[in-house]
Amino acid sequence: MAYGPKIIEHYEKPRNVGNFGTTAEVKNRKDIGVGVVGAPECGDVMQLQIKVNQSTGVIEDAKFKCFGCGSAIASSSLATEWLKGKSLDQAAEIKNTQIVEELSLPPVKIHCSVLAEDAIRAALEDYKTKNGVASSAAATAH
Amino acid sequence: MTTPALPIYLDHAATTPCDPRVVEAMLPYFTTLYGNPGSRNHSFGWDAEHGVDTAREQVAALIGADEKEVVFTSGATESNNIAIRGAALMYEKNPAGSGKPRGHIITCIIEHKAVLDPCKRLQKEGFEVTFLEPPADGIVTADMVKNAMRDDTILVSIMWANNEIGTINQIREIGKLCHERGVVFHTDGTQWVGKMPTNVEADNIDLMSFSGHKIYGPKGVGGLFVRRRKPRIRLTSIVDGGGQERGFRSGTLNVTGIVGLGKACEIAKAQMADDAARLGVLRKHLEDSVTAQLDHCQINGHREKRLPHLTNISFGFVEGESLMMAVKEIACSSGSACTSASLEPSYVLKSIGVGDELAHSSLRLSLGRQTTREQVDYTVNAVVKAVRKLRELSPLYDMHNEGIDLSKVQWAHH
Repeated sequence: MAYGPKIIEHYEKPRNVGNFGTTAEVKNRKDIGVGVVGAPECGDVMQLQIKVNQSTGVIEDAKFKCFGCGSAIASSSLATEWLKGKSLDQAAEIKNTQIVEELSLPPVKIHCSVLAEDAIRAALEDYKTKNGVASSAAATAH
Repeated sequence: MTTPALPIYLDHAATTPCDPRVVEAMLPYFTTLYGNPGSRNHSFGWDAEHGVDTAREQVAALIGADEKEVVFTSGATESNNIAIRGAALMYEKNPAGSGKPRGHIITCIIEHKAVLDPCKRLQKEGFEVTFLEPPADGIVTADMVKNAMRDDTILVSIMWANNEIGTINQIREIGKLCHERGVVFHTDGTQWVGKMPTNVEADNIDLMSFSGHKIYGPKGVGGLFVRRRKPRIRLTSIVDGGGQERGFRSGTLNVTGIVGLGKACEIAKAQMADDAARLGVLRKHLEDSVTAQLDHCQINGHREKRLPHLTNISFGFVEGESLMMAVKEIACSSGSACTSASLEPSYVLKSIGVGDELAHSSLRLSLGRQTTREQVDYTVNAVVKAVRKLRELSPLYDMHNEGIDLSKVQWAHH
């Protein structure tokens, strides 16, 4: 697959790789929202974690890990960059089409951007559920 | 360690470079000896025919056939179609439209698409097809074929060696069985012929497809062995026209390609034993070095009964396409869905029970005549480094290390 320069750049130097603790640890942290989407047999699993400043409601930090193709890695890396500094509502407005546009994803890789949007929504939902916040934007099921 | 010239080509099961001696043999036939071998009444035609005759002898010598049994085609895909469709239509038990099954064909689920798709088309047209499912080692045995045989079985088509995992099927035994039962036996020898010793007599073969570009010859040319005696195999032609190649394959002969294929066969006959021995050592070195440095690797297919120059390795917790991107200076193939148009992982790996996630994580590395030890060492280092980097990125590797059983996780399928 011939990829555009932005995908290659994110793939080679992925931003914000990591997590805020093990699966068990982050489960009990109220300031962390976790989204894990995809499945190994589909060839894509994205894990996105957001760290929210609980007084301001702003996403202070975001980390990702990804099992997937170059486009999936680039999409999740980009998502972490965009999430930082956003409020929860602003974060919920990130659309997969913006990721497609920014990275110039080829048509067969659009599902990678959808997965990234799903991961964002799943992480936001997880944070809201942990903190008893009413969901402002219902997660769209794909 | 000296760095070899990059990129490194380790995809010889996809295609091989044309040997310069092959190119040299072909060149006069483009510009000087350009006649049509079908022109029987002038020297241009005779010269071209002479080139084709020589090539036919060279091919026949490689496979232990009579030169009259060699049919030139555009490649192994066309050979497979001519053989399978041609034999099914010739040997059908009941004609189309009779409402009765037209005949039974046995093949295998991990064949190349160029065998599977003609069989599926015949299935739609009233033939019945059994697709054998080999066990985890990937080997199709004579017993498997025997158990699938019926009274109305007319054709068995089993590849000699698999293109993705290199496993070698029990061809000689399957051929013997077919001859005992009076069933036509076709083998797709694309990955085998020119690499490993082939004798259509001793190996009991009726029809065999092979290709030029897999054996350091040109692309766009291949051949089909069609047995002429004990038994004489007849085929219904699927391309009609000028009746070239004894009517099996009409169309002006690709003289340049055929001359190249002939030369490639001559070179293969002289060199293949040495190549196989050398590449077997290199392949073992590659596998041993990778598995010594990385845990959770799996070599797919039978460990011994496989081609010496090919390895297919799954690396747990990393995805194949991103792995190929990480080793972009090494040309190879992956079973990953993301490298295919269909977005499905390798049907070959899935069929032999390699889990979907490991099928996505596989690399096929195939060595060739020009592959050096330095190239293999460079590849080992690059692959090990890439897998480690991608495991740093992999949530699955974290979960595994945290003791989470990935097979028990409820994944959000999409």
